[in-house]
Amino acid sequence: MKEAIAGTLESGDIMVTVGPGKGLEIELQSSVAAQFGRQIKAVITETLEGLGIEDAHVQAIDKGAIDCTIRARVTAAAVRATGKDVWKD
Amino acid sequence: MRNSKVVSLEEAVKRSGLKDGMTISFHHHFRGGDKVVNLVVDKLAQMGFKDLKLAASSLSDVHKPLIEHIKNGVISGISTSGLRGDLADAISHGLMKEPVVFRSHGGRGSAIAKGELKIDVAFLGASSADELGNACGYSRSENAKSICGSLGYALPDARYAKHVVVITDDLVAYPNMPMSISAADVESVVVVDSVGDSSKISSGAIRDSKNPRDILLAKQAAKVIINSGYFKDGFSIQTGTGGASLAAVKYIREEMLSRGIKASFALGGITAHMVKLHEEGLIGKLIDVQSFDKVAAESIKDDPMHQEVSAVEYASGEHPGSATHALDIVILSALEVDTDFNVNVLVGSDGIIRGAIGGHQDTAADSALSIIVCPLLRGRIPCVVPHVTTLITPGKSVDVVVTEYGIAVNPARPEIAEKLKEAGLNIVDIKDLAAKAKSIIGTPDPLPFGDKVVGIVMNRDGSVLDKIYNILQ
Repeated sequence: MKEAIAGTLESGDIMVTVGPGKGLEIELQSSVAAQFGRQIKAVITETLEGLGIEDAHVQAIDKGAIDCTIRARVTAAAVRATGKDVWKD
Repeated sequence: MRNSKVVSLEEAVKRSGLKDGMTISFHHHFRGGDKVVNLVVDKLAQMGFKDLKLAASSLSDVHKPLIEHIKNGVISGISTSGLRGDLADAISHGLMKEPVVFRSHGGRGSAIAKGELKIDVAFLGASSADELGNACGYSRSENAKSICGSLGYALPDARYAKHVVVITDDLVAYPNMPMSISAADVESVVVVDSVGDSSKISSGAIRDSKNPRDILLAKQAAKVIINSGYFKDGFSIQTGTGGASLAAVKYIREEMLSRGIKASFALGGITAHMVKLHEEGLIGKLIDVQSFDKVAAESIKDDPMHQEVSAVEYASGEHPGSATHALDIVILSALEVDTDFNVNVLVGSDGIIRGAIGGHQDTAADSALSIIVCPLLRGRIPCVVPHVTTLITPGKSVDVVVTEYGIAVNPARPEIAEKLKEAGLNIVDIKDLAAKAKSIIGTPDPLPFGDKVVGIVMNRDGSVLDKIYNILQ
């Protein structure tokens, strides 16, 4: 696994960086952390586990993204990081 | 001239008899460009005053230096319509020992008139004044340096404060006519380089939106008005400062032209949009408590049918002659609306103060038809919620809520719901809107509030509506 990024810092988006790590380590900065930090981390974890990734360091800078956006950005970052194209395979 | 009241700021303060613990007041007509609050409070700090109570008509980002004056004990109490920026953030986290008292513009006017809010010394910025203190929010001289238009929020202060200091950046020949503040109410006149940056009047809350969602909301709001039963010749209207409510005016204009309907007056914060309709003959008169941009400020100077009003005459709940009592339709924005139609325009969904009551309470309560326009979500933040974070405008004064997912009508106004349904609008239950928001974003965790009261929200009649607690994160 190499380090890869997906997403932007626009309002309503989330910028996700996925790289090598041990276990799932998630660093989250969010404009809505107090109310949604727990849910955002849960969505990131579920998405990565769904892709079979159990070891990764994730840095996420969230600007109020909703769950479908988070899933899309995490998936794209993971595909870029692992080189495994989940959409094709 | 004989009897000139012109003195230095320091001399004016000495003359006023100001003492520690007293109340000083300011208006916010220069909005984000205001220079008077910081100038005066800096001077009072230098002169060694402590424990002053600051009664502003509103405060914004530009008043960040007050943070230091609060820490140093110069300012120990604040009352205002709103707070924004770093000052709001610091106060939300518990900067002050005393809670900030929030009042609507009409509520502040009433409180001053009734003596509930006693002002010892008012420091009132003006774009022109003569040596006796006849003052105005614009200047007709060649040396005009600033313009803010209406001085509506300063007029109760000028009338009821024990001592009034006018601060101007254009001292003009006596008599400064027509005047807003009369020399009869003024004790001292202070001349400074600048009272405010007029280019920043339309900063802060006011946005001219190109956002497609705002435009959709504006079109829906316009349809609500047009089909509400109140859209007929001679109607009156007020709009808030949100992008969608300003844009709605454009669509209402088109319908006024096509049906040959004219409005009798527009009220409140007056914008260039309203001035344009007035100049086209579509709105007979403008009643202006606050000029929201330079176009409006110039118009109040030049147009006799564009009338300045004081906050009391504008929106006092107890003054039977106040203009809101004659208002048909108001379009307002919201940070949050709840399933009981209660509205919050003051505290963000992160628990941090980021807005102002303004005329929200006043116009919603007194108008015949109050319409709240807000998106269902802002990013991940829901705007239609089970319970508002802070209660500002009680649901009983809110009639219609317009979102991009449908229009909710207060069950207390079934006749309006009926008319809008007949017009083919998508009328939904407000509980369904809250459920829709929840289905997209999930249930937010509760905000980490502490147990210190940082703000008290007053209703316009002087009763307490809600309390704001410190936020811990």
